[in-house]
Amino acid sequence: MYNASDLRKGLKVQIDGSPYIVTDFEFSKPGKGQALYRCKMRNMISGNQLVKTYRSNDKFEKADLAERKMQFLYHQEDEFHFMDTDNYEQLFITRSQLGDNINFLIDNMEVEVLFFDGKAIDVSIPTFVNLEVIKADPWAKGDTSGNDTKPVTVQTGYEIQVPPFVEEGDRIQIDTRTGQYVTRVKE
Amino acid sequence: MLDQAGLHRRALFFRQIREFFFQGDFLEVDTPQRQPVAIPESAIELFVADGQYLQSSPELCMKRILARGSERIFQLCRCFRKGEVGRLHLEEFQLLEWYRRGSDYRQLMVDCEHLLAHLAGALAADGPSPSGLPPFAGITLQGPWPRLTVAEAFAAFSPLPLQQALAEDCFDQLLVEHVEPRLGMTVPTFLYEYPIALASLARKKPADPAVAERFELYIRGIELANGFSELTDPVEQRQRLDKEIERIHTEHGRRMVMPERFLADLGRLESAAGIALGADRLFMVAENYRSINEAVSFSPDDF
Repeated sequence: MYNASDLRKGLKVQIDGSPYIVTDFEFSKPGKGQALYRCKMRNMISGNQLVKTYRSNDKFEKADLAERKMQFLYHQEDEFHFMDTDNYEQLFITRSQLGDNINFLIDNMEVEVLFFDGKAIDVSIPTFVNLEVIKADPWAKGDTSGNDTKPVTVQTGYEIQVPPFVEEGDRIQIDTRTGQYVTRVKE
Repeated sequence: MLDQAGLHRRALFFRQIREFFFQGDFLEVDTPQRQPVAIPESAIELFVADGQYLQSSPELCMKRILARGSERIFQLCRCFRKGEVGRLHLEEFQLLEWYRRGSDYRQLMVDCEHLLAHLAGALAADGPSPSGLPPFAGITLQGPWPRLTVAEAFAAFSPLPLQQALAEDCFDQLLVEHVEPRLGMTVPTFLYEYPIALASLARKKPADPAVAERFELYIRGIELANGFSELTDPVEQRQRLDKEIERIHTEHGRRMVMPERFLADLGRLESAAGIALGADRLFMVAENYRSINEAVSFSPDDF
């Protein structure tokens, strides 16, 4: 169990059967008054925000969370299949649970899968991934339209804005936190 | 942690606090940080060191000194409150307290106006704050500062009026979430006349005994000082402390003792007023820091 005084940014607690992560925290104590622990929390499954003020005698259950290193194998319809590289155990995670991560998942990619109560709820992918451009309009040298970027499609089907010199067959690095182009990669 | 320039400014700040009180003919006193008795306060958790309390405020000793004949005294000292950690809180912090015999809370409000003007002037004469902004950036210190009763502030800013907030035990939460963020944003503001239940050591206002002659000073929504006309009637004070001792026993299972010699000395005092001001916090606000940890020489993060 956690006490209110354990609350801090990043702490993971269980409320009404769901895991929450504290995203913002402020300790307050008006003069001659009681201690108040003001929290913003995010439900780690639904993503919903919760804003709540706790008092010193409030208690919290620890969220039963575990992380495992797994490899992405393939996807079939909305099921994305992963394998534990230690014991070859396989499982799938749905498209909706993965959210924007599906834009950056490629075969054999190693990811961290987060489990709550034995069920996979989230996947952490590397911050930077290198993906191949499979569709791009050619760069017309001397193009004076003044556009700084153009849209291209990468191997996962994700469409991204890149500088005009990027061409089909190039590999580009993407920041998965923002989904934005970082650089062209020479390999 | 402060850098070299910050240490210089902090030293200047403390020197000028002392200078201000010397000019006002206050006597500087020093009293023990470790004490075998404490004034019972249910909202404060005390550190215990080798069987004695680390003071959460020097008020007990200072009021006894005042009762024994001093006219005006001040002290800058370390105080300790367990579990108070945050952007505006350190478990060990520097408190400034001053007391005036034969005076009341209104005089302390005027003292605050003069003290901050003095400090702002001294800091500005030394140069801008480390952020490049002037001391107390965006705050007009020219007094007199607005005074808002607790009832007026709740009527203006809280979703529930004061009496309902008290009845539903959500006074502190509404104060912190709705009232405090509106106080002192452009000019320092006094919140005053607290419900009597929220002032265990303050005198009742003669014209309205439902409230205590207590006030708090706010700048940028941050509470900086708590002052009041002292309750000098030892009988009434004993009744209030009895209640507090009982409450601490029920809520925390701790049995505190009545500070008997404090009560005995209180009987010698006709009237007096005293105030505690968070010196680290005032320095933080004056120098436009975002957190108290940035405003001290060493914070818990620095070990």
